[in-house]
Amino acid sequence: MSAAEETQGRRSPQVNGGTAQATVGSYGSSAAGSGASPEAAPAPGGKPPRAGARLLNTTGGRVLLGLVVPVVVLAAWHFSTAAGVFTSVQLPTPASVWNAAAELIQRGELWNHIGISTQRVLLGFAIGGLLGLAVGSLVGLSRVADALFSPTIGAFRAVPSLAWVPLLILWMQIGEDSKVTLISIGAFFPVFTTVYLALRHVDQNLVEAARAFGLRGVRLLTTVQLPAVVPSIFSGLRLALAQAWLFLVAAELIASSMGLGFLLTDSQYNGRTDRLILAIVLLAVFGKISDALVGVVERWAIARWA
Amino acid sequence: MIMTSTLSVSDDVRTDDAVASERALPVTFESVTKSFGERIVLNGVDFSVRAGEVLAIVGPSGCGKSTLLRAVAGLETPTSGTVRIDSSPVTGLSETSAFAFQEPRLLPWQTIRRNVALGLPKGTGKAAGAAHVDELLEHVELSAYADHRPREVSGGMAQRASLARALARRPGVLLLDEPFGALDALTRLKMQDLLLDIHAKHPATILLVTHDVDEALQLADRILVLSPTGGHEGAGVANVIDVPGTRPRDRSSAELGALRSTLLENLGVDSHRH
Ligand SMILES: Nc1ncnc2c1ncn2[C@@H]1O[C@H](COP(=O)(O)OP(=O)(O)OP(=O)(O)O)[C@@H](O)[C@H]1O
Ligand SMILES: [Mg+2]
Repeated sequence: MSAAEETQGRRSPQVNGGTAQATVGSYGSSAAGSGASPEAAPAPGGKPPRAGARLLNTTGGRVLLGLVVPVVVLAAWHFSTAAGVFTSVQLPTPASVWNAAAELIQRGELWNHIGISTQRVLLGFAIGGLLGLAVGSLVGLSRVADALFSPTIGAFRAVPSLAWVPLLILWMQIGEDSKVTLISIGAFFPVFTTVYLALRHVDQNLVEAARAFGLRGVRLLTTVQLPAVVPSIFSGLRLALAQAWLFLVAAELIASSMGLGFLLTDSQYNGRTDRLILAIVLLAVFGKISDALVGVVERWAIARWA
Repeated sequence: MIMTSTLSVSDDVRTDDAVASERALPVTFESVTKSFGERIVLNGVDFSVRAGEVLAIVGPSGCGKSTLLRAVAGLETPTSGTVRIDSSPVTGLSETSAFAFQEPRLLPWQTIRRNVALGLPKGTGKAAGAAHVDELLEHVELSAYADHRPREVSGGMAQRASLARALARRPGVLLLDEPFGALDALTRLKMQDLLLDIHAKHPATILLVTHDVDEALQLADRILVLSPTGGHEGAGVANVIDVPGTRPRDRSSAELGALRSTLLENLGVDSHRH
């Protein structure tokens, strides 16, 4: 867990992620996991006030509270830009961002950008996540594999993500392969680290009891070890998903002709701040949606297993 | 006694068990010594447990009672000496014994029923296994909680589930590490009766660790006092007591009273104050 967070924290500044988090807020919170979502912010620690408590206890109420901050931000944005506090290059109005979206939709470009980016993220997340699960299980369960692979994997983890880019481009050219590979690398490490550490910390008393009753090999794994680490697997997967979006932008910023990251650089060169903000908002929205989907699977898996 | 009416351990279920040993097996300790690093815990334990007998093991806390049981189960390898079950030395995890640990050690993500089913011997048919588990759950009075998770039941209930899991194995040697420690007085008596009933119907050699001298006197054929002997470091067989009379025994008999004093003295308790 902590090592994975460290990875996450260390990499964020490399890819303008800070801007996105500061502007919208929800992308960053989804990266940190389930606990830190914005709706948790108004919850008081001790005795809750009467109205707030009632709101907090219903799903609808929590959704409503979660919308408060975005609405306030949107209003502040609208009024400050309308009052001419910023030039339109610094910060365009919400309406012009909306119009930029409408225009891109009309030209049929927006869905292409979103589609290709989502595809890259999902592919990279699936490949990296599965590999992380497999290698993490192997190294977490086998002491031989641990001694053999851990130092090397640790060294690779220490390589900053962007250092891979020139090599990947050299090997795979500027196509889909190099981008998906980079995203897979980003998704691999959080899953690997959380699964590996969780497996090392499975209650040895339970493992011993199960072995005493004749469980071994695959049955021991599926009966004791995997259920014990299900919650960790999902925190790893959520971190990996956040990393996948982060690496997507890294990949697309450097070399691409489509995707949300391309939209960011392209807008920057053309001075289209409205599109730039649109891209950031879309990253926030899709990051949050994909994280919520994993959250749904997580709740199901924990109810079933843990 | 209390349980006899509800006990109907059906024989048709038994015949389906492929691996379950249907015979009680003798256990022999031959100069068993166990050290953890520099610390000697067991020092030359020599003892033979007869097939089918109930042996209670008593001794001061930390003297190595659990370690002795773990050596029989193959969970601990003696530093020197040998443990034999039915004349074959215990090398790895032994298939012929079943362990009820000092802590319940139930899988938190599975129901009580599935936890108990974990104890079924290999090769048990599905229907036969389910029937056996249901029967055991009834005996340990957990039928109503069969579909609860361990964290939803009390400590005593978890301990009974753990006992049921060990019983499900129908082992040749049953290793019980303070199985009734967390139970209230009434449930404890019921579970003791249950154990004796099951023991009468399904022969097994029972090694029962207990802190309770009266429990030992009620249940055991013999009582082994495990304690440091003769100025050595580490525990050995300090005394072996034959408990007279057939069960259930009269708790107030003078003979048991005298044994009780001997035992308490062995354990270093001044019996006149109790
Ligand atoms: N794995 C281990 N590593 C090191 N020391 C151990 C280990 N297992 C047991 N010991 C030590 O061996 C001694 C005996 O432990 P054991 O659990 O057998 O005692 P016990 O008689 O069952 O005590 P209690 O009645 O309190 O359950 C203790 O001093 C304990 O610290
Ligand atoms: Mg013990």
